[in-house]
Amino acid sequence: MTLLKTTELAIIGAGPAGICAALEAASYGVEVTLIDRGDMPGGQLVKQTHKFFGWHEKSAGTRGVVIARDLAQRARKDPNVQFMGSTEALGYYKDDGTLLLETPYGIEGVKPKRLLVATGASEKMLLFPGNDLPGVYGAGAVQTLMNVHGVRPGQSVLMIGSGNIGLIVSYQLAQAGVHVEALVEALPQIGGYAVHASKIRRLGIPILTKHSIKEAYGERCVEGAVIWEIDDRWQGIPGSERDLKVDVICLATGLSPLCEFLWQAGAEMTYIPALGGFVPVYDENMQTTLSGVYVAGDVASIEEASTAMAEGYLAGVAIAHSLGKISDVDFEAKRKGYLKELEQLRAGPTSKKIVEGLAVLRDETGKRVSV
Amino acid sequence: MRIKNHPILDFEEKERVKFYWEGEELWGYEGEPIASALHAAGIKVLHESIKRSHPRGFFCAIGNCSSCLVIVDGVPNVRACTEKLRAGMRVEMQKGVGPALSSKE
Repeated sequence: MTLLKTTELAIIGAGPAGICAALEAASYGVEVTLIDRGDMPGGQLVKQTHKFFGWHEKSAGTRGVVIARDLAQRARKDPNVQFMGSTEALGYYKDDGTLLLETPYGIEGVKPKRLLVATGASEKMLLFPGNDLPGVYGAGAVQTLMNVHGVRPGQSVLMIGSGNIGLIVSYQLAQAGVHVEALVEALPQIGGYAVHASKIRRLGIPILTKHSIKEAYGERCVEGAVIWEIDDRWQGIPGSERDLKVDVICLATGLSPLCEFLWQAGAEMTYIPALGGFVPVYDENMQTTLSGVYVAGDVASIEEASTAMAEGYLAGVAIAHSLGKISDVDFEAKRKGYLKELEQLRAGPTSKKIVEGLAVLRDETGKRVSV
Repeated sequence: MRIKNHPILDFEEKERVKFYWEGEELWGYEGEPIASALHAAGIKVLHESIKRSHPRGFFCAIGNCSSCLVIVDGVPNVRACTEKLRAGMRVEMQKGVGPALSSKE
């Protein structure tokens, strides 16, 4: 006989997806264990000082930090949600359903009836000479350093990538009193929303499209960067080099789903570049090919926090239904509502790629779970 | 390097604590990540790579990438970006894989 602790639902990752799933499932009486390596729920929302678009009447125009505080408070107050902070999930063993955790007090095994993996994403690296020098940071890292811990990353920054993250973080750097020398973008057009790009331009930060970094240099850390123009075949144009005296190079070149845990657990994975690379195969209710193991948020496809929250709610109600906590009729109504919300969130032209990626995924899912 | 005035955020004053970097006395805030205390003190090189001894700093700042491994009170492979600062901590740059723990520990 084992003496492993049991729980109805274990959630790995207390970011927007994980917390929303926890609140949703808990509202139907599911007993939830919400696990995060950080000591507070909130995930990466805690460093988003900008106002969000879209999501519900409630959160549109609300800053990420405020949404994080609100969600974290609701999770902590909910009697059905137990938060386990400073805890890392080490592995899931599908044969006997054990989830292994490293807590501040040692290794612990838990047997959850359902498991939701909401581990989020990690930042992509970019290949260029000198990319390993201290001073080359992910854009999210710079946000964490300045918006959570109140420390400036340096004096002068080169930002690489003009997606929303690159634009927003450039603006936040300026708010923190850091000089942004330039923002370079390899494509001929700006990737993010025009509203964010205009704010950057008004601050006088040049946005250089069809430009990339050639190299970073410095003895022990970044002392400068050479940028150059690139042609239609992504090759640097000799003679177009410019030397920028910067001590920080910030990479905003995209995110990859943080899905190592799912590989280990044995979920089937597939490669869909439009969704961010390797992603788990999952059905419309966010269930992976492992029965009882669900996903939500960036680990399922790289999108916005608002989408992650909607996926969290969807997974939460699906899990509650699978545990018999909600009637078929009520579940179907709820499910339809969340699917509709997801559809609306993905209606814009910037989500076209995601919608196409999800169609590929649905095909894959159809092939693999039709048995 | 510390942000004093910010248009949106207020940073609460935490307790200042003394700690050591490579034997040198430094001050930081209790509970902030080691990497943020070091960065505020102008220290960016935290680790040297295993094969070529290239200098390494933090990259992701949230515990994903292991670029910022340091030795804390003799224990190697501690992520400076997530480990919280405590008074009296002795932090050292980790060179390569770092020292093996002795059996006494």
